[in-house]
Amino acid sequence: MTSVITVPPSLDDHTFEQVVEQLASVPPDAKVLIDARHTRWASPFGLTALLTLGQTREERAAFHAPDTEDTASYWARTGFFKYAEELFDLHGSVPRARGGESSVLLEITPVVKSEDVHEVVGRIQQKAQQILAKELNIDAKATVGFAMTLSEVCQNIVEHAGRGGWVAVQTYTWRKRLGRRVVVIAVCDAGCGFRQSLESAPGRVRSDRWDDAEALEEAVVRGVSRFRDPGRGQGLAGVRRYVGRWDGKVSVRSGTARIAIVPSWDDDVPLLEKLAPFPGSQVQVTIPERVSGGPR
Amino acid sequence: MMMHIDLSSVLRQTVSCELYSNLVTRPTGAAVRAQIEALLADARERSLTVIDFSHVGMIDFSCADEVVAKLLLQTTSSERGGREAYFLFRGVTDDHWDAIETVLERHRLALVLETDDGAARVVGTVGDGERVAWEKVYELGRTGPADLAHALGADESDALEVLNTLHRRRLVMRTDEGYIAVGGIGIQHD
Repeated sequence: MTSVITVPPSLDDHTFEQVVEQLASVPPDAKVLIDARHTRWASPFGLTALLTLGQTREERAAFHAPDTEDTASYWARTGFFKYAEELFDLHGSVPRARGGESSVLLEITPVVKSEDVHEVVGRIQQKAQQILAKELNIDAKATVGFAMTLSEVCQNIVEHAGRGGWVAVQTYTWRKRLGRRVVVIAVCDAGCGFRQSLESAPGRVRSDRWDDAEALEEAVVRGVSRFRDPGRGQGLAGVRRYVGRWDGKVSVRSGTARIAIVPSWDDDVPLLEKLAPFPGSQVQVTIPERVSGGPR
Repeated sequence: MMMHIDLSSVLRQTVSCELYSNLVTRPTGAAVRAQIEALLADARERSLTVIDFSHVGMIDFSCADEVVAKLLLQTTSSERGGREAYFLFRGVTDDHWDAIETVLERHRLALVLETDDGAARVVGTVGDGERVAWEKVYELGRTGPADLAHALGADESDALEVLNTLHRRRLVMRTDEGYIAVGGIGIQHD
């Protein structure tokens, strides 16, 4: 029997939870159909997370592409189907990618090894400068910090995940919460996740409360790494600093928990526990358009 | 002995790609540092090396930790025997500074930067007394504890102590004729 997993009409980091909840009761080796027929919009997080979902299935899953031509062709232009066809049996109308998408700073790109991070950073720099300065009203100097942020979150995959993941960077207008343009970095993997990574540290003593939420707090808030080297753990700390400087937001989901550094313009919850389990780590960084006079 | 290391050249040799100009990722940083150490292996007991960032696009935190912090940690370690390696950092811009400053703070390190006009300044984690003393040594040229004490209006024993601290941190070089600020060689003194 095939379990049908319905992708919500609007797929982002929050609504992806609906997908994960549906999957929770389905064994990894069961046949599933990921049904995106009625999906109209997906954030870079949604698209990269869907690919990681494909990675988690022991039995190759089926995937039904969005019915709407605009949506499907947009997904094609982000590079989604290029990687989806390696992971899923695709159904429905799957358009070929024709031309680039102006709002896509970085189409969906696999990250497996260190060289991939060089490639990603090299490709993003020029375009990021243009977008940050012209569309988001952010100082051109912020481009370097943006590239550093991108580099560090991608390196988490290379250093900790134990398997490859994907990154995507895109700009769009976030009407729902903000009413402003944003640039979003999404980096998702289906690897070992933060808790297991920290547990692999030699001689590590676990607290009574040790779980995914505490692992996220340790790594994201306190900069703890599985390595004893005191220079480790600076990457995510640097990401937090950059995000704070530009009134942005960072959220990390891993296992059954999700942590977020929440700016004043958002009403997200800083820590969510006991979510439906999903392997690996899924990171989203959001930098909003700067309005005159500073953050709104 | 004075050496010049163009980091972008070392980077290209390390990642085997002519197109990359960014110092990103920890493995890349470790490989670049290994290359620098190999170049320094033939150095005599005292060497000054210019680490040149001029053609490096950007550096991230992980790479800065490997290339800058670990390099400095090793050279300031007491386990290096009689060899003294000093570094002067050139071509560091705002595009590099965030990451470098972060790792210097993390490890409580300091280094000497060459500025656009060819002067030098000490940056990172440096106490006020150390900074004032370093700037005075830089201004005076080759100097000893007595001269520094006179210039600062301090005790000679205090001057000697701060000079030894700056030397241990490889911010000043100790020679038979006195102390010289890193970056102070070749500048004109009145």
